[in-house]
Amino acid sequence: MAQADLMDFDKALELYEPVLGFEVHVELNTATKMFCSCANEFGQGANTNTCPTCLGLPGGLPQVNRKAIESSIRLGLALDCTIAESSRFARKNYFYPDTAKNFQTSQYDEPIAFDGALTIELAGGRQVRVEIERAHMEEDAGKLTHKGGATGRIQGADYSLVDYNRGGVPLVEIVTRMIEGGEADSPEIARTYVAAIREIVKALGVSNARMEEGNVRCDANVSLRPRGSQILGTRTETKNVNSLRSVERAVRHEIQRQAALLAAGGTITQETRHWHEDTGTTSAGRPKSDADDYRYFPEPDLVPVAPSREWVEELRSTLPEPPAARRKRLQGDWGFADLEFQDVVNSDLLDAVEGTVAAGASAQSARKWWTGEIARLANAAGTPAESLVAPAQVAALITLIDDGTLTDRLARQVLEGVIAGEGTPAEVVDKRGLAVVSDDGALVAAIDEALAAQPDVLAKIRDGKVQAAGAVIGAVMKAMRGQADAARVRELVLERAGSAQ
Amino acid sequence: MPEITAEQVAHLAHLARIDLSPQEIARLTADLGQIVDSVAKVSEVATPDVPATSHPVPLANVFRDDVVTPSLTVEQALSGAPERDGDKFRVPAILDED
Amino acid sequence: MTDLIHLSAATLAGLLADGSVSSVEATRAHLDHIDAVDTDVHAFLHVATDAALAAAAAIDARRAGGESLAPLAGVPIAIKDVLATADMPSTAGSRILEGWIPPYDATVVRKLREAGLVPLGKTNMDEFAMGSSTEHSAYGPTRNPWDLGRIPGGSGGGSAAAVSAFEAPLALGSDTGGSIRQPAAVTGSVGVKPTYGGVSRYGAIALASSLDQVGPVSRSVLDAAMLHDVIGGHDPLDATSLPDIWPSMTEAARAGLADGALRGVKVGVIKELNGDGFQSGVKQRFDEALAILAGAGAEISEVSAPNFEYAVSAYYLILPAEASSNLARFDSVRFGMRVNPGSGPLTSERVMAATRDAGFGPEVKRRIILGTYALSAGYYDAYYGSAQKVRTLIQRDFDAAFSKVDVLVSPSAPTTAFKFGEKLADPMAMYLNDITTIPANLAGVPGMGLPIGLAPEDGLPVGLQVMAPARQDARLYTFGAALEKLLEAKWGHTLLSEAPPLTPTEMFATKEGAV
Ligand SMILES: [Mg+2]
Ligand SMILES: [Zn+2]
Repeated sequence: MAQADLMDFDKALELYEPVLGFEVHVELNTATKMFCSCANEFGQGANTNTCPTCLGLPGGLPQVNRKAIESSIRLGLALDCTIAESSRFARKNYFYPDTAKNFQTSQYDEPIAFDGALTIELAGGRQVRVEIERAHMEEDAGKLTHKGGATGRIQGADYSLVDYNRGGVPLVEIVTRMIEGGEADSPEIARTYVAAIREIVKALGVSNARMEEGNVRCDANVSLRPRGSQILGTRTETKNVNSLRSVERAVRHEIQRQAALLAAGGTITQETRHWHEDTGTTSAGRPKSDADDYRYFPEPDLVPVAPSREWVEELRSTLPEPPAARRKRLQGDWGFADLEFQDVVNSDLLDAVEGTVAAGASAQSARKWWTGEIARLANAAGTPAESLVAPAQVAALITLIDDGTLTDRLARQVLEGVIAGEGTPAEVVDKRGLAVVSDDGALVAAIDEALAAQPDVLAKIRDGKVQAAGAVIGAVMKAMRGQADAARVRELVLERAGSAQ
Repeated sequence: MPEITAEQVAHLAHLARIDLSPQEIARLTADLGQIVDSVAKVSEVATPDVPATSHPVPLANVFRDDVVTPSLTVEQALSGAPERDGDKFRVPAILDED
Repeated sequence: MTDLIHLSAATLAGLLADGSVSSVEATRAHLDHIDAVDTDVHAFLHVATDAALAAAAAIDARRAGGESLAPLAGVPIAIKDVLATADMPSTAGSRILEGWIPPYDATVVRKLREAGLVPLGKTNMDEFAMGSSTEHSAYGPTRNPWDLGRIPGGSGGGSAAAVSAFEAPLALGSDTGGSIRQPAAVTGSVGVKPTYGGVSRYGAIALASSLDQVGPVSRSVLDAAMLHDVIGGHDPLDATSLPDIWPSMTEAARAGLADGALRGVKVGVIKELNGDGFQSGVKQRFDEALAILAGAGAEISEVSAPNFEYAVSAYYLILPAEASSNLARFDSVRFGMRVNPGSGPLTSERVMAATRDAGFGPEVKRRIILGTYALSAGYYDAYYGSAQKVRTLIQRDFDAAFSKVDVLVSPSAPTTAFKFGEKLADPMAMYLNDITTIPANLAGVPGMGLPIGLAPEDGLPVGLQVMAPARQDARLYTFGAALEKLLEAKWGHTLLSEAPPLTPTEMFATKEGAV
């Protein structure tokens, strides 16, 4: 694809004011789909989780998942939205092979949640209030695979295959109002906003929130308005940007691309655009046109959702502490420096450290182990750190270090054993015989032997040259194959040297 | 009452994905004009103060528990497919994604 | 032996229960009669001979094993082709679904099987239930057993013809704007549209979701009631299904057979459904029925429903709108027909459009285009939105009427059975045929059609429609059974016993599709 001309970012900002908007789709982690009792999981064989309803067979009818409604209300509340007294599903009519009924059941003029806001904090400390227009419920489409052609993309494919396992999976679509005044921070706002949504749905437990698996997907709207103008520019909608980094890059790219086009006297086409991770560019998709007539009307197969205020309040009482507030509290509690804390947050280890501290470890030790050795092993294994070992086990490990049973070096071996499934840290210590040798008798024998073998050193120690003890300590540690506490060895060496006659 | 034109019927046919012949479009343009003339009288009494009824016997909050029940087998799911490829439905090339 | 087919379902059920007749005998008798007459009548699109006999034998075996079975166990039944059946093609009368065998049963079909009824096959209908004559079936029309040159009504002409031609004692129908009650009227049979939500729609191929109801088709009010008890009740698979505990319709019908059942019953005659445009013989029989009711102690009064004049218009906006969306799934991807365009590139979009062009008949296309128009941007408020408001006004008319009377009555249809082709060229004329039955669907109230005599001018059946408030279906059965008993006492026989015999030797000249 031809590389579009881009304007320098700073130059673009001099000439134009970016206006942003986001539509984030969150896939809920309910057990079943939105409108049928098929399992909400689609890693299995194609078309295994389908029924007359989600396959759109003649005669199929939808039944609303209560848990999905609850999750949506909780998400709405977490976004400070008003929960509708009465909301309704509608049909959005359009033909597409991944949409089994050829309409998407979605909420239109009566969303379950509306008029919310979320304040995000940029790295430099700037606070940006993002207003939420609505959060509405809808269903996901099936999955298409394009065959033939060179790229595996839809363009140039000979035919396509459809798997409806994902069809009918519950989604909440969160729509912001226009975000103005983002200026040069706009790309970072995009990234931070999506990260904040991700963090919230994860804290609520309503979504698995893995962007790489499409649990959270962002459509980014960008338009530019010339400095001094009140008139909004034409916007483009970059669809399905599926990582935080890409969201940031896509917004930056659209600002630079649109600026170049406008400055050259061109016009922006209102269209959807596709994001290409590999090239870091967007390309034109389908133009929005008058032909987009979705013929929305209330879904006649479903009845209104009218959550009682009691139910809403009950759900409100289940909300977790807002992630931003929680971060502030934890950093204070733990006394971490900004960099230390950022390290934990960026590694997605807040829960892990918190759990480890709750299980009795000191915050610094917990941080050190999680962001150090455990993160290294997780990285090597290509899995999230939290999936390797439970916080309680890490806390137990730290306790063994603190009480002198293990040295750091031994603790690393114990950790490997725990990860390998050999049991709790205490059990691994037992099985592998890794404990620090604390039997002074064995140490004393080794020390006496070492002192006898190095009479010159002994003499020096007796002369008060304490640093000479290092040679004996080294020999003893070697003899004990590292399974001794160096501090204790030093103590005993000095003691034995004093009493050796 | 807006006059129904053949272009309009052709556009509706495209929205509804029906490949109508020019003769069908001509006939439907006439039919539609007649029918719409007749049914448009609903607006005579549909004043702003009258609420709409979408369900004749009102219900609200009809929910299902979030419990999995058995799905169709793959063979059942694909039993009516005009064309399949393995366990997936096969369709001709798609012009562009939505 | 031949008499088995002329028995009411209730009587046949009694003989089955006491062992004097086996289900296999009863089923075979009906299959034989279908064999003999259905070439002419064409009530069936599919006859499940082997499966029916096997199901009957299984019921006989269970009965022989001492199992206590449901009241209608072993009784044969015909099923409108709009219902999904896992062992029979389900086409909804459309070419686009030719040969499609669903991987599941509709809830009502499951209930039939669980109650031990024996499905004989699938009955003909206007394509996707769009029509009042069964002339819009892709598989050729069904003929009225009273006069093979006339329509059996629609869309459930096949079910009505099947029971009135004695091919089945019972049938299932579906009623969106009269598709059970109007065919009942023109074939001299009984049909009931239950309260919206009273019977599950799961597995009923949708025409207009907010109007469709599945209901019983039979030759007597009691038989309809017994079938209603089998298919009715809450279904969690249909979100619009009412969670009510329903009274026994069978008991309600039996109550109507008791002396004095009509005494003091307030009967409202709907002024707007009893005027011009009704055939004279229809009016005459209707007035006679009112006199009989009055004679039995019912209090007859006239009530006005001023907004009913907007009902047909509202209906022909709501129905096509919902249908245009419901029928979008027929796209050649997961089931049904696929047709490639004659020329040009082979894309999904073009294959869908070519398939829908080839697979849908003219009436279906007409309504899809009309519905697409009614929902499209800029027209929604004027058309669909306004039509939904008319619904409110019609409900208010019903509420006002039912505050004064117990039941409302009208002729079931403006005319007796018309001839094939008579209204095909004029869609609006065809649509106006449903003027009497549509209001009940718009308001969700239950309605029953039952025969009240033959029009003197053409000797064809005339029906009376009775309607009750939502959820008061039982009232229809008590009223209907009482009126039926009085009429049959007056005639000395059932109306259908006057129908001309259909003989196996009779060869009807018109070939399928030639009308
Ligand atoms: Mg959406
Ligand atoms: Zn499903």
